[in-house]
Amino acid sequence: MPVYVENRQIVVPGELIADKNRFRVEGKVYERDGRYYSKVLGVAYIDQENRRVNVLTLKGKYIPSPGDLVIGKVVEVGLTNWIVDINSPYPAILPLNEVFSKPTSIPRSELSKILDVGDIIAAKVIAFDYARDPLITIKETRLGKIPQGIVVEIPPSKVPRIIGRKGSMVNMIKELLGVELIIGKNGRIVIVGKDRAKAELAALVIRKIEREAHTSGLTDRVREFIMEKLNEIGGGSNEG
Amino acid sequence: MKGSVQLIDENGKRVDGRYPNELRRLRIEAGVLKNADGSAMIELGNNKIIVAVYGPHEAVPKYMAEPDRAVIRCRYSMAPFSVDERKSPSPSRREVELSMVIRQALEPAVFLNEYPRTMIDVFIEVLEADGGTRTASITAAAVALADAGIAMRDLVSAIAVGKVGGRLVVDLNGLEDQYGEGDMPIALMPQLNYVTLFQADGVFTPKEVEDAFRLVSEPIKKVYREQKRALKKKYEDVVREVEKGE
Repeated sequence: MPVYVENRQIVVPGELIADKNRFRVEGKVYERDGRYYSKVLGVAYIDQENRRVNVLTLKGKYIPSPGDLVIGKVVEVGLTNWIVDINSPYPAILPLNEVFSKPTSIPRSELSKILDVGDIIAAKVIAFDYARDPLITIKETRLGKIPQGIVVEIPPSKVPRIIGRKGSMVNMIKELLGVELIIGKNGRIVIVGKDRAKAELAALVIRKIEREAHTSGLTDRVREFIMEKLNEIGGGSNEG
Repeated sequence: MKGSVQLIDENGKRVDGRYPNELRRLRIEAGVLKNADGSAMIELGNNKIIVAVYGPHEAVPKYMAEPDRAVIRCRYSMAPFSVDERKSPSPSRREVELSMVIRQALEPAVFLNEYPRTMIDVFIEVLEADGGTRTASITAAAVALADAGIAMRDLVSAIAVGKVGGRLVVDLNGLEDQYGEGDMPIALMPQLNYVTLFQADGVFTPKEVEDAFRLVSEPIKKVYREQKRALKKKYEDVVREVEKGE
């Protein structure tokens, strides 16, 4: 076998993953002398059927990519734009013309009335090429300021686990807890729910998924966890 | 003064009872700090060092940013209580130099080109010092960088070789460092077998340098294994806990 790791094995930078032949090696790896080595502290997933090895990182910052939905926090109001923190080494720029669809003539000094420092927004990355800071927009539907909710931050590499296969994990959380989740690719998740206790429980659930992201059978365990905690909440309110 | 202290006895044992090729007790723990992006603590004999890594983040001040790669900023600092007599908290000439030397030992291991225009901060705080802090700092900093999720070619493992009583010994302690005839810190990427730091203080013959590299290969592997164990522990513990619950 040209693969030197087991399925779901934790690997460190420089650890030998596989020889360069029949297996396709993807993810955070680099090649040297016909062999693949891990680039990061991560997990190696082996797909025997398709003869593929994928190395996913366990931590790390968000690198913007056009088309991504991100949750940002306004950190600066400029003269013609806003600077938004998107949990990345690169601060995002939200220009005025990506906020209004029509040309508007609002006084420059009143920009902070539309979005102020500290506001949380859902935005979409339109362009990023490392040479310049990423551009984001809020002009599409369902983008823009998020008035209320709980923000939870996790490593961006674990976002796919929160979503689950074809959205199985988010849908389960939404269904069981009656909350709405806005999941940013940058690892920020906004939980919006009328019931405060359930929204807080959703935050706990996300923390649990983050911690156990590299284990198997996660969806079932999360379902059990939610049911258990829901009983606790239910029992508490009955007494009161 | 030099030479008047016997550092190695007739049985070949050193002042602390170690053999020439024996390391002091080594323990590394990753992820010890919550606020930092990555962190590590190392204990090597009496040395105790904490390393925190922040980043990659936006370069501040902006003029330090490089258009094609990340910049590593490194600060090695000794706590006032880390040595016998109180050390002044202001950075000494030695600390400024070590900061640079450690940075240069780490840079070859990091894929700096993956993070253009950014900055990676490495803070090294020596809580207790007893010889070989620069090598221990490099070892811990490599773990902290990996713990932060930064892309690297390999870890960096470091250990010092020294000369006491005319013999080459590995991993000098404070006493041997002070009264010995020479100190030669070596850092390398163990998988790639690249040397990233090589210094020498004292007089060594060319043959002794060659012998030093041979002598160091086994202890370096030990350091590397401990680094790997420390990095994986946090995640493997979760796996074990989950499997036990089922």
